[in-house]
Amino acid sequence: MNFISDPITFIANWLGNLLLSWGLSQTFVTVILKFIGAGLVGTFGFALVIFTIWLERKLYGRIQDRLGPNRVGPWGIFQTFPDMIKIFTKEYITPVGADKVVYNLAPILSVSAVLLTWAVIPFAPTIVGTEVNVGVLYLVAVGAIGALGIILAGWSSNNKYSLLGAFRAVAQVVSYEVPMVLALLVPVLLGRSMGVNSLVNAQSVWFIVLSPIAALIFFTSSMAETGRAPFDLLEAESELVAGYQTEYSGLKFGMFYVGEFLHAFTISALTATIFFGGWRGPWTEQVPILGVAWFFIKTFIVYFVVVLIRISMPRLRIDQMLNFNWKFLTPLALVLLVLTAVLDKAFYLVLPSLNLLEAAIPWVRAGMHLLLNLFIVIITVQLLKSYKIKSVQVVAKPKPIAVAPEPPASVIS
Amino acid sequence: MQSDWLFIGLFLLIVALFPGAPIFLAGLISPHRSNTQKSQTYECGLETVGDTWVQFRVQYYIFALTFLVFDVELVFLFPWAVAFGQLSMFGVLSGVIFILILFVELLAAWRKGVLEWA
Repeated sequence: MNFISDPITFIANWLGNLLLSWGLSQTFVTVILKFIGAGLVGTFGFALVIFTIWLERKLYGRIQDRLGPNRVGPWGIFQTFPDMIKIFTKEYITPVGADKVVYNLAPILSVSAVLLTWAVIPFAPTIVGTEVNVGVLYLVAVGAIGALGIILAGWSSNNKYSLLGAFRAVAQVVSYEVPMVLALLVPVLLGRSMGVNSLVNAQSVWFIVLSPIAALIFFTSSMAETGRAPFDLLEAESELVAGYQTEYSGLKFGMFYVGEFLHAFTISALTATIFFGGWRGPWTEQVPILGVAWFFIKTFIVYFVVVLIRISMPRLRIDQMLNFNWKFLTPLALVLLVLTAVLDKAFYLVLPSLNLLEAAIPWVRAGMHLLLNLFIVIITVQLLKSYKIKSVQVVAKPKPIAVAPEPPASVIS
Repeated sequence: MQSDWLFIGLFLLIVALFPGAPIFLAGLISPHRSNTQKSQTYECGLETVGDTWVQFRVQYYIFALTFLVFDVELVFLFPWAVAFGQLSMFGVLSGVIFILILFVELLAAWRKGVLEWA
C-alpha cells in the first residue's frame, strides 16, 4: 500500500497513528477519524450539487438549441455561485396558519435524506464511507425519508396547491417504492449480500447483464421517486403552481431545489453502483484510486440519460402513472424475482455435474439469466399487445354531424 | 461493526447540519419585512375560501394502504435473499410461495378495483 495507488487509506492510517502516538485512546481516535470521513463525504455530496446544477442547465440549454449559462466563468461554470448568493439574501415568507415546526423541518429533511445515501456508496475498493452489512435496506429506508419531506412540506404549508402536491406524493412517490424495492431484491439475491461494496465485489459480470429488467425497473421507479419530469406530478407547474413547494421562499425553496438535483445524481450513482459494477474496471486491483474514475464515468453516463429523459418526455397523467406502477412494474418485478430465484438455485444444484471451468461459471450463469430475462420480455410484449388491441376496440361508430342529402333520382339515371 | 454505525450516526448529524445551518444563517441576514398581505396563503390572486385541510379523494388513501401491505411484506424478503446461497430448494420454494401470496394479493386488489383511478 503506498500513497500513489491508495491515498485515502494511506492518509487515514498515518493520521490514526499520529493521534495514537499523542497518547489518545483508540476509541477517541476512531471517533475523530470517522468524523473527518463523514464530514468529507457529506461535503463532497453537497458540493457536487453546485456542479450538477450547472451541468444540467447546460445540457438542458444545448438540447433545446440554446446556449445555457455562459456568462460567469468559462462556459458559465460558476453560474451557480451568483445564484446561491442571490437566494441567500432573499426573505423568508411564512404563510399564515402554517405549521411552523413541520414547515421548517421539511426542506432540511428532503436534502438530508438524499445526502444520507452517500454514506454507503463505494467510490473505490477502499474508499467507502462505511460498509454496513444491511446497506441496501439502509438505502431503501433513507429513500423513504425523502418522500416524507415532500409530504410534510405539502401538508404544513396551509395551501391547497401544496396539499394537492402532497396527496400526489402519497400516491406516486410512495407507490413507486414497491417496484424499486423488488428490483433491488434481485441484485441482493444474485450477490448474496446486502452490503453495497460487497455487491460491487460480486459483480464479476455486471448485474445489468444478468438482469436487465431489474435494472430498468430500478432506474424507472427511482426516477419516479425523484419527482422530476416526466414524473413531476408533485410540482406540475401548469396544474399546481409549484406543488408542494408553492409557499416556500428564499433558501428554504433553494434547499428543495438542491435536494431534487442531488437526488437525480444520486440515483445515477446508485444505478451505476448496483447494476453497472460501480468502481469495477481494468487495473483497479493494482491501483484502487482508479476505481473513482470508473465510478464517475459510469455515473455521469447514467446521469446523462436521466437528464435526457427529463428533457424529452412530456408529463404523465396520474392514472397513467399509477397504472404503470401497479399493473405493469409491480407484477413484472414479482415474476422476475420468482423466476430468478428458482433459476439461480437450480443452476447451483446442477452445477457439480456440469464440469465447467472455474472461470466460465459466472459467464454461464449470466447467460442463463440473460436468456430468462429475454424470455420474460417476449412474454410481456405479447401480453401487452393483446391488452392494446382490447383497449383500442371501437365501441360505437361516430355519429355524423350532418347527413348528406339523398341525390335526386333524375341525376342518377 | 459498531464503528460502521458510529459513522452513520456522525453522518446523520453532519447531514442535518448541511442544509440546516445555511437556512439559519440566511434567516439572520435576509430582510424581515412581513405584513399581513404578504403572508397570505397564495391562491392565484384570490383570497382562500374555507379550510385548507379539506376532504380528499379516497383513492390516495387506498393507494397508501396498498403500499403499506406490500412494503411490510417486502422487508421480510431481504433476509431470504441474503441467505440465498445456503438455502435448500425447500427454503427457496418457501420464499417463492411467500412471493406468490403477494402476487395473489396484488391480483385481488386489482380485481376489487382498488388500483383503478376512477
